[in-house]
Amino acid sequence: MVQQIIFLALLGLVSFLAFKSYRHIYKSIMLGKGMVISGDSGARWKNVFLVAFGQKKMFTRFIPAMLHLFIYVAFLFTQIELVEIIIDGVLGRHRFFASALGGLYTLIINSIEFLSLGALISTIIFLWRRNMLKVPRLVMPEMKGWPTLDANYILIAEIVLITAIFTMNGCDSLLQKLDPSHYPDTGHLAISSIVGNVFFAGLSESTLHFLERAGWWLHIIVVFGFLLYLPISKHLHILLAFPNVFYAKLTSRGEMSNMPEIMNEVKSMMGLGDAGEEEPPMTEELPDFGCKDIFDLSWKNILDAYTCTECGRCSSVCPASQTGKKLSPRKVMMDIRDRTTEVAAALKEKNYDKTAYDDGKSLFDYISEEELFACTTCNACVEACPVMINPLEPILELRRYKILTESAGPGDWLPMFTALENTGSVWQMPNERFDWAKPLEEAEEG
Amino acid sequence: MKVYTLADYAGMDTEPEILFWVGCAGSFDPRAQKITQSLVKILHHAGIKYAVLGNEESCTGDPARRSGNEFIFQMMALQNIEVLNMYKVNKIVTACPHCFNTLKNEYPELGGNYDVVHHTTLIQQLIDEGKISIEGGAFQGKTIAYHDSCYLGRVNNIYEAPRDILNKLDGDLKEAPRNRTKGFCCGAGGAQVFKEEENSTTDTKVNHERVGELLETKPDIIAANCPYCILMMNDGIKAKGKDEDVMVYDISELIVQANKW
Repeated sequence: MVQQIIFLALLGLVSFLAFKSYRHIYKSIMLGKGMVISGDSGARWKNVFLVAFGQKKMFTRFIPAMLHLFIYVAFLFTQIELVEIIIDGVLGRHRFFASALGGLYTLIINSIEFLSLGALISTIIFLWRRNMLKVPRLVMPEMKGWPTLDANYILIAEIVLITAIFTMNGCDSLLQKLDPSHYPDTGHLAISSIVGNVFFAGLSESTLHFLERAGWWLHIIVVFGFLLYLPISKHLHILLAFPNVFYAKLTSRGEMSNMPEIMNEVKSMMGLGDAGEEEPPMTEELPDFGCKDIFDLSWKNILDAYTCTECGRCSSVCPASQTGKKLSPRKVMMDIRDRTTEVAAALKEKNYDKTAYDDGKSLFDYISEEELFACTTCNACVEACPVMINPLEPILELRRYKILTESAGPGDWLPMFTALENTGSVWQMPNERFDWAKPLEEAEEG
Repeated sequence: MKVYTLADYAGMDTEPEILFWVGCAGSFDPRAQKITQSLVKILHHAGIKYAVLGNEESCTGDPARRSGNEFIFQMMALQNIEVLNMYKVNKIVTACPHCFNTLKNEYPELGGNYDVVHHTTLIQQLIDEGKISIEGGAFQGKTIAYHDSCYLGRVNNIYEAPRDILNKLDGDLKEAPRNRTKGFCCGAGGAQVFKEEENSTTDTKVNHERVGELLETKPDIIAANCPYCILMMNDGIKAKGKDEDVMVYDISELIVQANKW
């Protein structure tokens, strides 16, 4: 009864806190520019099924993909056990599903145990890859400090969680023989019966009972803690990967977003303006073009940033990152998230009203020109992301701000811009564009 | 060999089947001009009625747009679209993947709708249709390493047409360690070719990295599909002192060499 009350109180508190922090995440993402993403929901669901649910893009790197798959599938299956834990906790029952499902229950719990063992092994290998093997993409400069701690916290929590599950089930398998009236028969559990015999055999019934409860509580506390930790962690991808993949761009990678305001301006300059279209008054102050801060990015760009789990596959294929340039697409996504977090924290008290927000800072306090202008737009980062994040889009929008609004950017580009304006070619040349044909024509004459 | 412009055709009773979009590199750069001339020879031998824009062509605007200069992009694009629509152009072939991408994927939004093919796709079709054939002998015993350009490969998902053509040559086709979707950039895209690279902690240039990787396959020839890739590869090979041993060619040039056109 006492346990039931504590559980209910804890469940209520966690639900309340979770609602608040996930609402904050939603509001943070929506600080981005409103934009309607529509079109072919069939293709979008196919992406969700193959890429998010099916992990398709993970498998370009087989070993980490397999290790990740164990943790992922174990996580999905464990949700069944979690539902049971919540029902047991609320009703004060023990293994509610065991009697209801019979043989199927044995199968489910055995599956969860095998997957959990796989997940445990994977987690240990992941810790080793990060901290001992130091896989290059996991130890790049932007990973120093919090990002590395964050990754390790999650992995350690995973180990605690699995330990809790096996303690709970291991003790349970022994208690079923000692006190069958309180511990319903789960059928033979392959792994926890071994765990029970190896670690817990010979302990008194009260000790076993205590350990079983400790495992049960530790399990649910880690789950609750995890739920509340996610919003401040890179691990949010376990939830956001699904909407992020759903809303991923379906049109060609090669198409940059059009800027209708500039198109119309140029059209009227060239006398191509559509009849009846009013020209903007000349006194109007020049608007800002491109992106300076998170408010100028689309909400999808910010969703991308919150979905990023900092795996670094983008940066490990980026020609700039890989040749020692400062640009790292992962860092760009992390910077967007950090800046959004900063702004959202300040706006929380103002009901997320972004009008006239000015803290004197912008994304350019996080991302330098040196980074932005090193991008070759090769789309390797876009291709590499397992959850369909597009780091290229914000890079190009930030470039637009630098070039169009600030007239900044590399001086090397000025001759190209001038040549284009004056001659319509990227180089200012003394000869004519069509001169290449002359040798062909002369060859015939000769 | 007389190369006709769309303006020439306008004065005749007949219309060309396809417009050959040459691009800035293909028009002005001495190395890339050879690619343009090769494609002209291929079109000529295939009996395709083609035309060019000649001096009426401008840059598609790709480097302006990707550098962030949307004003100049729109100026270039809208002007080109006006010319293309005036001549009622339907079909375009180009030897530059950047022109290809912008014409195909970015002009429709601005009112320019054309059926655009990259020259490797067209050449493959011409071979399949029997309009051109490849004479054997020229590449016997030669190793050819293929470099995927980003804008043909990753951006537009064309990986097989260039390989199919290269497989028809009697050389030995080698893949770079990073190929197809994982192909490593030459360093030119995003208007990088028009500026110096940013500082590198390892003092590495993108094209040197890529050339180094391609040289691992011990090629006699590096084959590419993009004039800017070819400029970058040539530069990288010179920097590595290998320009006597390894040649960089566009796929169209290899066809012309095989057939001794």
